[in-house]
Amino acid sequence: MIFAVAAPLSELLSFGDQGYGDEMFWGAVKSVEIAFFAYAFGLFLGLFGAVGKLSGGPILKMVLEGYTTIVRAVPELVLILLLYYAGTDGINGLLKLVGQNPIEVNGLVAAILVLGFVQGAYSTEVLRAAIQAVPLGQIEAAKAYGMSAFGQFRRIVLPAMLPNAIPGLANLWLNVTKDSALISVVGFTELALATRQAAGVSKQYFVLYLVAQAIYLSISLSSTFLFARLERFVRRGQPKLA
Amino acid sequence: MRWDWLPTYFPFLVHGLLVTLLILVFSVVVGFILAVPIGLAQVTGSLATRSFAKAFCNYIRGTPLLTQIWLLYYGVGSLFPLIPGLRENFMWLIRLDAIYYVLLAFTLSFAGYEAEIMRGAFLSVPRGELEAARAFGMSPWKVTSRVWFPRAVLQVLPTLTGEVIGQLKSTPLAFTVPVMDLMGATSKIRQDTYIIYEPLIFLALIYMVLTFIITRAFGYLERLIPTRR
Repeated sequence: MIFAVAAPLSELLSFGDQGYGDEMFWGAVKSVEIAFFAYAFGLFLGLFGAVGKLSGGPILKMVLEGYTTIVRAVPELVLILLLYYAGTDGINGLLKLVGQNPIEVNGLVAAILVLGFVQGAYSTEVLRAAIQAVPLGQIEAAKAYGMSAFGQFRRIVLPAMLPNAIPGLANLWLNVTKDSALISVVGFTELALATRQAAGVSKQYFVLYLVAQAIYLSISLSSTFLFARLERFVRRGQPKLA
Repeated sequence: MRWDWLPTYFPFLVHGLLVTLLILVFSVVVGFILAVPIGLAQVTGSLATRSFAKAFCNYIRGTPLLTQIWLLYYGVGSLFPLIPGLRENFMWLIRLDAIYYVLLAFTLSFAGYEAEIMRGAFLSVPRGELEAARAFGMSPWKVTSRVWFPRAVLQVLPTLTGEVIGQLKSTPLAFTVPVMDLMGATSKIRQDTYIIYEPLIFLALIYMVLTFIITRAFGYLERLIPTRR
């Protein structure tokens, strides 16, 4: 009986009017797109956050501490809802102030910015810990050679901290691919919502959700594989552990 | 800022808090109990049990909890009426409340994440201690229950705080299927009163307080465990 339902799978997942293959495929592409750009934005925030936390003034440090503490203590879903509405309202409020008509904020851009802001707090902590684990003597030696601050970072701190940071950053990437599903709650059609809509129309809930899970799982497993290779690359030249 | 809704809806929020705490406590306790055999199976089991346990952990950790909940509630839930004989005799199973699916989904999720940690903990117990236990003539069961398991659990406890907080922060996902947890109560308030931000801000504050309490409570528990450094 269950398998009788699963029989016309090729039809169910076909591209075109009858099947839902194209809807789910483009949903998956949107999910990866959200995850990728949110991750990049989060890394960008995290790099500034980490440097600010380590060498900023007392006020900057306090602001960053508040950012990472609050964002990491509140559920992602609640933050996404809050920032999504607050962000779109805030932009329209600003436009109103300067006498412009309100705009429809692009759902994709809003999703990326909101997820990226959340990711930034986690990235800050991962990068801060990784930078702190770089032996101080190496940085002092770089200073003694007369390297500029940027030169110190690019030639000494960055290559020395990447092996410490990659496992944490890999985790963050896996988290953001999974958190991209939360964007469905504000009504943006990525993989999870595309699946939900397709399942609602076709009534093939079980099969379609299984397919969506398989897509998420293949994204995760291939990412794990790629990050393992990346870690081997940044650890080249390091002595083998044990 | 409007807060006049708070007294009216306060009992509603308290009920939501209890549902959230039920999900958290049930899934952490039962999930941890499940995680021990799953973690152990990955270390010692036969090829079949080992790959099954490994596949379970990969599935749980590789897919979003949101879609896991939907697969159980909408997917598996939609299969029950199709099974002949079930409709007549087990109507309760078909009418099962969303909370049962949510409890199952959260428990399996916590078990999957925790089993991976238990696997590492079992592996990190020094081999010499296990060999010594065997040399004393302990049976495999005694080695596990007296030496291997207690040593592994002590290693896991410090990471448990983070895992439990992570689980707390996933609990709002329950509201995407009809469950009136804190998040569900909050979105009901927002729909009833048309107030957008205040209920969400209040919700964020509650979660921050819960996180703080859990951190403190586990910190206290950790200090009760004698360790030598």
